[in-house]
Amino acid sequence: MADEDKEKTDESRRRFIKNTGMIAGGVVGGSLFGGLLTSQFQDDSDTQTSNNEATQNLQEARTFFSRKEDFDTLQAATERILPKDDDGPGAIELGVPFFIDKQLSGSWGTNAKAYMKDPFYQNKQTYEYQHKDTKQDKSGPNTSTQAPSRTPRYQTRLNRGDIYLQGLRKMNEVSQKKFDNKFTELEADQQDDVLQAFDNGEIDMRGVAGITFFNLLRQMTLEGAFSDPVYGGNRNMMGWKMKEYPGPRMSYVNELESDAFVKKEPKSLRDFQS
Amino acid sequence: MAKKLDKVDVVVVGTGWAGGVISAELSKAGKKVVALERGEKKNLEDYTGVKDELRFMNRFQMMQDLSHETITSRNTMDEQALPVRTRDEMMAGTDTGGGGVHWAGAVYRYPPYDFEIYSKTAERYGKDKIPDGMTIQDWGITYDEMEPYYDQFEKTAGISGEEDPLGPERSNDYPNPPLLESRPVRLFKDAAEELGYHPYQVASANVSQQYENPDGETLNACMYCAFCHYYGCDFGAKSDPLMTVIPTAQKTGNFELRTQSYVRRVLYDGGNKANGVMYVDTETGQEFEQPADVVVLAAFTFTNNRLLMLSEIGKPYDPESRTGVIGKNFNGQMNITFLGARGFFEDRKFNLYAGAGALGGTMSDFAADNFDHSDVDFINGGAIEIRQYGEGAITSNRVPKGTPNWGSEFKKNANHYAYRNLNVWYTAANMSWYHNYMDLDPTYKDDFGDPLLRVTNKYTDQDRNIAKFGIEKCTEIMENMGADIIDADDIPEEFDHMYQGGHYAGGVIMGDDPETSAVNNYLQMWDVDNLFVVGGSAFPHFPGHHPTVTIGSLAYRASEGIEKYLKNGGQLLKGKQEA
Repeated sequence: MADEDKEKTDESRRRFIKNTGMIAGGVVGGSLFGGLLTSQFQDDSDTQTSNNEATQNLQEARTFFSRKEDFDTLQAATERILPKDDDGPGAIELGVPFFIDKQLSGSWGTNAKAYMKDPFYQNKQTYEYQHKDTKQDKSGPNTSTQAPSRTPRYQTRLNRGDIYLQGLRKMNEVSQKKFDNKFTELEADQQDDVLQAFDNGEIDMRGVAGITFFNLLRQMTLEGAFSDPVYGGNRNMMGWKMKEYPGPRMSYVNELESDAFVKKEPKSLRDFQS
Repeated sequence: MAKKLDKVDVVVVGTGWAGGVISAELSKAGKKVVALERGEKKNLEDYTGVKDELRFMNRFQMMQDLSHETITSRNTMDEQALPVRTRDEMMAGTDTGGGGVHWAGAVYRYPPYDFEIYSKTAERYGKDKIPDGMTIQDWGITYDEMEPYYDQFEKTAGISGEEDPLGPERSNDYPNPPLLESRPVRLFKDAAEELGYHPYQVASANVSQQYENPDGETLNACMYCAFCHYYGCDFGAKSDPLMTVIPTAQKTGNFELRTQSYVRRVLYDGGNKANGVMYVDTETGQEFEQPADVVVLAAFTFTNNRLLMLSEIGKPYDPESRTGVIGKNFNGQMNITFLGARGFFEDRKFNLYAGAGALGGTMSDFAADNFDHSDVDFINGGAIEIRQYGEGAITSNRVPKGTPNWGSEFKKNANHYAYRNLNVWYTAANMSWYHNYMDLDPTYKDDFGDPLLRVTNKYTDQDRNIAKFGIEKCTEIMENMGADIIDADDIPEEFDHMYQGGHYAGGVIMGDDPETSAVNNYLQMWDVDNLFVVGGSAFPHFPGHHPTVTIGSLAYRASEGIEKYLKNGGQLLKGKQEA
């Protein structure tokens, strides 16, 4: 590929990603952005860009990630966790990557309400906590009220934002080592392979376990897909529609008493702002 | 330099149910009461228009800000304890009303057995049934003595329920009828009944109809909106201190609430009197001394224990010699005490987006000593419960075992089963052991340089055996409910330092012997006549039911004691050994 062509490809890929939603999973052979963007694709994406400009969400710009490459990696990873398929939209279409970006630039990302005083021990004990506790999504009085996300003890001096930056770059490192290419350039099953290595606790990072990063990534992908759209994810309540979740309402007395499942069009917090 | 304030009759640390009840009762009795709350000032308006799962359930808006102070945790005495750093691992309420605002509202009286657990166990099975190292004891009060306080609390909170067919005697019915019966709850009850058990509707602080309590406070009827447990109620339909005892105290004109007031010490210079408390205004950094005739510690278990230890009051518990009291018998509803079975249904779809914190079915057939323990390798028991909290969309991502954790198959199953899964669990009791306790951490400090509280806690065979028993019973019921896939919970190997659920207790335990208890049954310190320590910290072990009404009822008992003390002074009761 000539340099000029490469530039063109990159440019259109960026627009394509920026446009989010439209494609995501299920593209040719399951590859998302795999350097396989055909000319047809490029044409399409140009057209789509201009078509979508009018409705483009002006909030969709990065507030935490500065390197575009990190954000691209994030997008690709979240899309593997919740892929677009016959069942409904995937993470990108739902706005999950922007949700995560915004969360990380706020108090959650900086661990504002967490105890972050020294000393932080990186010893056998903390290593085991991070690697062993795979069933923590099944334990505890909150199993019935909280999203099933594993919660290993948090014993790192890194805040959540730091963990993401290091984790996403580590993903590229692992991708290079395993498949000799960047994460975003891999086939879907290769991407899954890389993520699975993190999920299995096989990847060590500096100051934190790879599995801790993966758990955080998985948790926030679900949060982005299904939280109120006010946070930038669950775009147009598509996550809720997919799940038939009706959103926050003043009363569910009638539905509670009904034996049949009652499906309702969702409402959001926006409906409470009067 | 601390600024010294004018003396008041009573200073109360904490504004949850315990501090709220005491503030209301004593200000009604004409005493000048100051309550100190480290969190922010809140009222109903703070919880209106914010039905937001992410904010409350996943970002823990109503929980303690751990950046200033937390606890450390370890399993055994020879381990290095590590801080519980994030709110994912910790659940302690903060702000006005404390944990009483985010609570689910499930109401259970503790049965007679638990108040006299040592005597009754020894009597029925012999002393050998209680293993060496299990440090259970009688509470120094009986169910019959507690009954009037339970009755009083239930009326204040407008509890909505029906009588437990296997429950202890009551002087009155609940003040309100039970909540509506949803399809999942009915399914549970039918299945349990068919098996010969005695199911009934969980009694609830989510109020079933509009109700005015004896103090003249009005509660509304629950709308089953599902934003309940972890949230403040936006409709005044969940009984909490903000809707009841705090406004009651405020109306008297004798009550002052100071928020963002972080108490660091009980002012104590030995002897049998405390002089007041020292606190910091966290907005300005100004230190204050608040003198008082009576000091009431009514904070969360962790804070009650820590304040006594930092103030060097009472004899700290030493696990090596098994002597001393403060910090002894740490107990609570750990992760192992809520195990059961989750069922997935192919042809039934429930309206699980609707619900209320305490909406559910329960049964006491395997609670306390309601069944014969001769042939089982544990003592005590628990409720078997189904609960329909109502679920947000983030929560409802449960999949049957064997489904991958992420990817297309996960997504497919999470969507498919979102409204097709139900959970039944056993709220097993948690016994006390000599090796489970609290002391001050040698390494980690709070913002002011004071040591954090350290918890040492591990599971025992008792815990694993009772959990196994419960899982089997829950699985049996779930099978009868007709689930197509049943995932029985696994028993965790060891306590995993997840302080979720907010039900942690002990350390300032009650009893009738000053050698083995810190407070008498008025929750008055044996060592310090004008110091009352109220809350879950008084539980010598954790019975197999949720704790809140017992804490509220003990607060009524303590209020009575404080009034008596203000009148006559001195120790209200004689310790067993002096008797």
